[in-house]
Amino acid sequence: MAVTQIFGARVRRREDPRLITGRATYTDDLVLPDLCYAVFVRSPHAHARIRRIDTTRAKAATGVIDVFTAVDLDGKVGTIPTAWLIPNADLKTPPHPPLAKEKVRHVGDAVAVVVACSRDEAYDAAALVEVEYDVLPAVVDMEQALRGDVLVHDGVPQNRAFLWTLAGGDYESAVKEPGVRTLRQRLINQRLIPTAMEPRAVVAQYNTGSGELVVWSTTQNPHILRLLLSATAGIPEHRIRVVAPEVGGGFGSKIAHYPEEAVVAHLAQRLGRPVKWTETRRENYQVTTHGRDHVTDLEVAFRDDGTVVGLRVRTLANLGAYLSTAAPGVPTYLYGLMLSGAYKIPHISCEVVGVFTNTTPVDAYRGAGRPEACYAVERAMDLVAQELGLDPVEVRRKNLIRKEEFPYTVATGLTYDSGDYERALDRALQMLNYAQFRADQAQARRQGRYLGVGFSTYVEVCGLGPSKVVGSTGFQGGLWESALVRMHPTGKVTVLTGTSPHGQGEETTFAQLVAQELGVPLEDVEVLHGDTDAVQWGWGTYGSRTTPVGGTAVYLAAQRVKEKAKRIVAHQLEVSPDDLVFEAGRFHVRGAPDRGMTIQEVALQAYLAWNLPEGMEPGLEAAANWDPSNFVFPFGTHACVVEVDPDTGQVKVLRYIAVDDCGRVINPLIVDGQVHGGVVQGIAQALWEGAVYDANGNLLTGSLSDYAFPKAGWFPTFQTDRTETPTPTNPMGVKGVGETGTIAATPAVVNAVMDALAPFGIRHLDMPLWPEKVWRAIQQAKGGGA
Amino acid sequence: MNVTVTVNGIRYTRDVEPRTLLVYFLREHLGLTGTHVGCDTSSCGACTVLLDGKAVKSCTVLAVQAEGARITTVEGLAQGDQLHPIQQAFWDEHGLQCGFCTPGMMLTAVDLLQRNPDPTEEEIRHALEGNLCRCTGYQHIVNAVRSASRMMREAVGAGGR
Repeated sequence: MAVTQIFGARVRRREDPRLITGRATYTDDLVLPDLCYAVFVRSPHAHARIRRIDTTRAKAATGVIDVFTAVDLDGKVGTIPTAWLIPNADLKTPPHPPLAKEKVRHVGDAVAVVVACSRDEAYDAAALVEVEYDVLPAVVDMEQALRGDVLVHDGVPQNRAFLWTLAGGDYESAVKEPGVRTLRQRLINQRLIPTAMEPRAVVAQYNTGSGELVVWSTTQNPHILRLLLSATAGIPEHRIRVVAPEVGGGFGSKIAHYPEEAVVAHLAQRLGRPVKWTETRRENYQVTTHGRDHVTDLEVAFRDDGTVVGLRVRTLANLGAYLSTAAPGVPTYLYGLMLSGAYKIPHISCEVVGVFTNTTPVDAYRGAGRPEACYAVERAMDLVAQELGLDPVEVRRKNLIRKEEFPYTVATGLTYDSGDYERALDRALQMLNYAQFRADQAQARRQGRYLGVGFSTYVEVCGLGPSKVVGSTGFQGGLWESALVRMHPTGKVTVLTGTSPHGQGEETTFAQLVAQELGVPLEDVEVLHGDTDAVQWGWGTYGSRTTPVGGTAVYLAAQRVKEKAKRIVAHQLEVSPDDLVFEAGRFHVRGAPDRGMTIQEVALQAYLAWNLPEGMEPGLEAAANWDPSNFVFPFGTHACVVEVDPDTGQVKVLRYIAVDDCGRVINPLIVDGQVHGGVVQGIAQALWEGAVYDANGNLLTGSLSDYAFPKAGWFPTFQTDRTETPTPTNPMGVKGVGETGTIAATPAVVNAVMDALAPFGIRHLDMPLWPEKVWRAIQQAKGGGA
Repeated sequence: MNVTVTVNGIRYTRDVEPRTLLVYFLREHLGLTGTHVGCDTSSCGACTVLLDGKAVKSCTVLAVQAEGARITTVEGLAQGDQLHPIQQAFWDEHGLQCGFCTPGMMLTAVDLLQRNPDPTEEEIRHALEGNLCRCTGYQHIVNAVRSASRMMREAVGAGGR
């Protein structure tokens, strides 16, 4: 008899039927009786004093219920907090008022909010709010900001939000050792706009009778939002219910607690009517958090044989105008700790300066700090190879941590759990047919065609994370996860998870792992998330933590259900639990397969409670809170082949190969989807995407017609494969996979373009590698050679 | 002013402001929230519907311009419990993650397959350039359109015999 293996199967997603029929409910789809609509009036200036706000005409407009400014919210809505208070870094946390008070600090900073009976009436009235500004000089560039001539916040000299340092080994001594040489490169990791396809939205309803506030929000972490809302909106935590309905993508941009959530919640209470706010895409680009935006001075110390002995990075990290919820942790702990990459680099020195500017706040964006680290390390490997005239693959191989060396503690202090980096590299080389490619490349060059290949033998840290460790980094929370598995009297199962997936498909993967553990049909398992009234607690979905941390909690809860069921069977069959075997959803006595009970029969017995072991409580459910002992470290090799057109500077991606190892895989179909999506975002950073501000702080890429969002026709079909190295960090051996694509892809593509441009003697170009930039570099190289 | 349209086979007459966009007419006047708004520049395609059989971005059409038209939204793709091949294919091939772009993506694909029943991968990718997806990296969407193309051609072939 074949036992169906559900764990590891390419199961179609159970989320999809509602999504493909248009029956899913996103926040903006909600309509409530007496609903009214909020529209925010936003600053057109990046930096200005507010001289006067006149709401008279707006208040008199048709359908307007009321108009509020900062004065009206004083003492009623608190400032927006930062939740990652990194220690020993002289962190400055200037207040972030929900509506700007004396000053606006970036284009889009809200100065007033109009509430009206319809959306159109609210927009019409918002245009009638008169705001007089004294425009101040804006500061956009980080180096200029650090000169301190223009201050974004009066109490923050030089606009320096923090100075964070990390040292592993002794870099300064290492570079003086005989035979050690260095190279330097400035790297710009440009600002990106996350662009979840669903803009943000909030609906809040306050029941004046019960004092309960319900908030529907496009959030990645409803329980954290509830906690923070209790502070900002001033309503006790237990009287708030936060629901994340269907959420249309997040990529980190829906982690933060935003001013609109606090204001809309407060207005629902104040007006005694439900209030809805929905972001436009233009607002999304101006006020929803951006990502990346580093300028890094990199120095690499290495020997002639390609051994990298040290890395020194000095990074300026743009934080925008205010410190967003997780902002200080992203360019520090999530970045600096990963600067050893997949390599044995004994000496690492890192200094990060966080800088305030008159731009949109910067926070997590898919990968959050780790793509920036991976970019620096993987570019370093190629620069070393180029400097020494060695093959970039061989330089990597020389420095990779070897399989037998795990667990391996890198110079930054992290202990990598498990890995077989060379196996993934070898597989990628095989898929690429590397030797053949080099021959083809040489042939093409003779014909005036410029092909290039780039590699990224990446590793990342995810599965955030051990609470004690994240606490030591100043994160104001734990990052354990909660689950409850409840078997009903009929044997059907409800799973509650504190994670809050918004596209990642854990309703399916968690059902798979529970069906596997309890031996019940997949369709008998329901997975619920995203509602603080239903789910006991949760830290949410980000940092590729949902499956390794949240899934492990679910797994443990299922184990506990099974354990209790076993004790009931042992009692009713009058045998020792040790004599029972569990197979395909049925317990039977070892050696007597006909003496047994199905788990569904046990469930009914647990609820009837007519015959339970002495002292056992009725019912069949179990909760589990899992706090991992370590992070998990997915890895792999990505390889990209490009062709550069020397006449136009256009880069075409010809092939993309991704070999990833995320430990054991629950659903390969979903893992493929995660890889594809991440790779597209990673390639897009290398070649196209970039937020551009003018010197006055206007966002020039302020809409989807200006920002180079990647389209279907810009990519070839990707080739993916996997190796499978389980982690010892959790019982299922699973690692996260949500961010591997953005982490791995960007340097692979840039390395490929630089490889293609090598005949021109071009060593480095900064992203995005727009055709004009590439073309100019080629022209300059040609001119210089003439 | 009054506008009369037939949406998913049902005839509706509603009094709307002249400036009302078709997408808000569908979402707010008819309660058909499967059609989404993802931008304000007609770039993303999340609001794509079929207007007299052709894919249009419903944020770019005034409701009053649709007077007398026949409109299909995502809610009208399935016949009862029978999914449209494009829906079936998106499900089978994991052509969606967060699902926000999916209704528009599917309707654009339906338009393509009506015009070109057996498109190449390149033709599919080109046809989808007006529809943006941030989650899938497009590959599984391309697979889904190919799969739907096969299903629809087989159905036509079977019907013809």
